[in-house]
Amino acid sequence: MKIGVFICHCGENIGRTVDCARVSKAAGFFPGVVHSVDYKYMCSDPGQNLIKQAIKDFKLDGVVVGSCSPHMHEKTFRKAVADAGVNPFLCEIANLREHVSWVHEDIDVATDKAIDLIRFAVEKVKRNTPLTTIKVPVTKRTLVIGGGISGIQAALDVANAGYEVVLVEKEPSIGGHMSQLSETFPTLDCSQCILTPRMVEVYQHPKIKLLTYSEVEKVEGFIGNFKVTIRKKARYVDDTKCTGCGDCMQKCPIKKKALSEFDEQLTTRSAIYVPFPQAVPNIPVIDTSVCTYFKTGKCSMCKKVCGRDAIFFEQEDQMLTEEIGAIIMATGYKLYTIDKKPEDSEIKGYGEYGYGKYKDVIDGLQFERIASASGPTSGEFMRPSDGKTPKKIVFIQCVGSRDESKGFSYCSKICCMYTAKHAMLYKHKVHDGEAYVFYMDIRSGGKMYEEFVRRAIEEDGVKYIRGRVSRIYEEDGKYIVKGEDTLAGVPITIDADMVVLATAMVAQPDASKLAQTVGIPYDKYGYFVEVHPKLRPVESSSGGIFLAGACHSPRDIPDSVAMASAAAAKAMVLFGSDMLEREPTIALVNENLCAGCFYCKKVCAYNAIEIKQIKDKQGNLIKEVAFVNSGLCQGCGTCNATCPSKSIELIGYTDEQIYAEISALM
Amino acid sequence: MENIKTQDPKIIAFVCNWCTYTGADLAGTSRLKYQPNIRMIKLPCTGRIDPVFIIKAFEKGADGVLVSGCHPGDCHYNAGNFHARRRWMMFHKLLDYMGIDENRLHFSWVSASEGKKFVDVVNAFTNKVKTQGPFEKYAKINKEFVINE
Ligand SMILES: Cc1cc2nc3c(=O)[nH]c(=O)nc-3n(C[C@H](O)[C@H](O)[C@H](O)COP(=O)(O)OP(=O)(O)OC[C@H]3O[C@@H](n4cnc5c(N)ncnc54)[C@H](O)[C@@H]3O)c2cc1C
Ligand code: SF4
Ligand code: SF4
Repeated sequence: MKIGVFICHCGENIGRTVDCARVSKAAGFFPGVVHSVDYKYMCSDPGQNLIKQAIKDFKLDGVVVGSCSPHMHEKTFRKAVADAGVNPFLCEIANLREHVSWVHEDIDVATDKAIDLIRFAVEKVKRNTPLTTIKVPVTKRTLVIGGGISGIQAALDVANAGYEVVLVEKEPSIGGHMSQLSETFPTLDCSQCILTPRMVEVYQHPKIKLLTYSEVEKVEGFIGNFKVTIRKKARYVDDTKCTGCGDCMQKCPIKKKALSEFDEQLTTRSAIYVPFPQAVPNIPVIDTSVCTYFKTGKCSMCKKVCGRDAIFFEQEDQMLTEEIGAIIMATGYKLYTIDKKPEDSEIKGYGEYGYGKYKDVIDGLQFERIASASGPTSGEFMRPSDGKTPKKIVFIQCVGSRDESKGFSYCSKICCMYTAKHAMLYKHKVHDGEAYVFYMDIRSGGKMYEEFVRRAIEEDGVKYIRGRVSRIYEEDGKYIVKGEDTLAGVPITIDADMVVLATAMVAQPDASKLAQTVGIPYDKYGYFVEVHPKLRPVESSSGGIFLAGACHSPRDIPDSVAMASAAAAKAMVLFGSDMLEREPTIALVNENLCAGCFYCKKVCAYNAIEIKQIKDKQGNLIKEVAFVNSGLCQGCGTCNATCPSKSIELIGYTDEQIYAEISALM
Repeated sequence: MENIKTQDPKIIAFVCNWCTYTGADLAGTSRLKYQPNIRMIKLPCTGRIDPVFIIKAFEKGADGVLVSGCHPGDCHYNAGNFHARRRWMMFHKLLDYMGIDENRLHFSWVSASEGKKFVDVVNAFTNKVKTQGPFEKYAKINKEFVINE
């Protein structure tokens, strides 16, 4: 093999700490290397031409580029090599920037390391074989998981482009948190009014298959070719018969036992219920944990009153499988709960605020329900304990956010805005009321956001106090809020009628489990992780799986919607071609050696290994060997490491190649 | 930083492409500094790592071997790192028999977002291997073989 080595200075980035000329000179003496140069910017046009020209001049059939990380420019250099007529897989990258020049300071030491890395790569490329990318067909259907505003937006975008969508929502209705909100910042338009039409559009869309009260159980396959198993939980109501008249709910004798999830525990609901009147689909479910029929077999009132004979107590969970090409994660967030009993509390250390203990110390979503025209008080400001109009409300920001010791170190991003909104909504209805906001900083980046907060302060007279609250206690029907005004440097006491805590936005409790089911990474908080924080913010590191909305990080509606449209666009990019190209890094069986033990089959996570029968001319079975389905194999190489007779090998990472790299250490 | 030339241990790392290799890239983009003894061999997944690679590395003159991949549950390939872990547990039991001090071998999880952790792991392990001194057992055996042959 005739190998060319090309060392890039990356401007000064590599050149500053690596003596590139010395590296290229040393590489020139490696066995097999016939040409070695260094150049300022290998990835530039002239740089690439330098490689192409050298391939022609020196009849190179192997190339090593010492440059930035292969994750950055491997594609670029492989393409350049291919343009010059050499198989792109005969090009190896040595990472001289991220792994050498940026992390070491001593020029001699860094240069020595760079030379080693080039030697590794030269030994590896010598053992590379020409490969062609694998082409697999694409299923042009999208699975959207989560039916909040993000999932709704993504589903509509993809469906409106003409591709089929399966939307899976675990609750009985789509809508997510946005359906619970009263009015939305910064325009104060009614949340339901702008959301409901979209929910209906999803329901009626011919390209969208809506599966509510359903969860994703299993995801197999890979980009373009997923097979997804979905559990459709039993509603005990036949959705093909139910007309959503609601008679069952009215007659259901259970009225007080179950707290309404939608109203954030401020009201109760019946055992057979839809979460809220505008629910989509408007088909009830039976909550078996409170339903008398399911407990004692005695009731069945709903079954009697249902004119459509839609109640079906014997219904069971159903398993559906769907063929899917792209997946969009849109499972949203949850609010941090400070629970009633301190030992159940997720936030340790906010016991001093008395949440759960005092009825009038509530969280943001409960406030949204109180402020909402469709809420338990029809939008009248009444406090939960006695229904009186609160004349003095204290809002506390950053409860759980930005405080590692008590909750989370990140900023929840939306609380500054919704607290300003809450205070404003309150002042618009209770003109003589007083609203106080305790804050650490005001973070109101966003179009018309700073103006919005200013309006709350200047036009609506909301009083902002910079500082923390140390304690809240009850005294004569008032809540005594003890805090500190850090700007004035004085302690402060407010006798409030109601307290609203802006608790942190956190990942769904089952997010990490779902991430594992789907096969995408998540961070320490449980948020799904993008593959590149700047340049690929809506893609997960698993091909064909995209992220939308608050399941990725705390974000408001405009940000969620934008991200959802971006994720939809990414799915559609995938659908732009009928065939997908994949790296040819797959396992290959040496049928002569294979003993048919099928250990490989047991360890393969993708069921890529099949049993192949080898027969003689008469058709008699000689032996059974492993066979790799190249469409399913993802190239992890677990089989390779497991095979006792080394008869299955991962192309591109064979034992021989790795031994050669190890030997290059000497 | 200590003077690396004094003992100059050679460390081979077997890392997976998706987590630790990318974590090391992040250490680079964040301009974090670490000791330069490590030489990384990139594999698609820790599931690909055969214990023989580790023995081979020691045989070829490594003084320490680092194996690092995705966190359990985070494997890019769903389960490869579980297999790696199981294999590692078996292998660990054999170390003594093979005359390899367990301080010369380190198994860790470093994710793509843990540039800082990568640096900490590399520095801590490099220091540990330094205190062990050069690994000469296998080299000696190799030499004896050559003489006898
Ligand atoms: C008090 C408060 C006030 C707010 N006010 C505003 C405002 O005025 N303006 C604004 O822009 N933003 C506001 N927000 C933020 C807004 O709620 C979010 O930006 C928005 O709801 C995010 O939408 P989403 O679809 O990403 O997540 P979500 O609304 O959380 O929806 C996620 C959906 O996924 C479903 N799901 C979860 N897990 C699964 C699973 N495993 N399988 C299937 N489905 C699943 C959930 O049931 C839910 O329906 C406010 C937030 C709070 C807490
Ligand atoms: S009474 Fe029957 S048709 Fe009416 S909402 Fe209940 S289940 Fe549906
Ligand atoms: S490399 Fe082997 S174990 Fe991994 S996916 Fe392919 S066949 Fe399965």
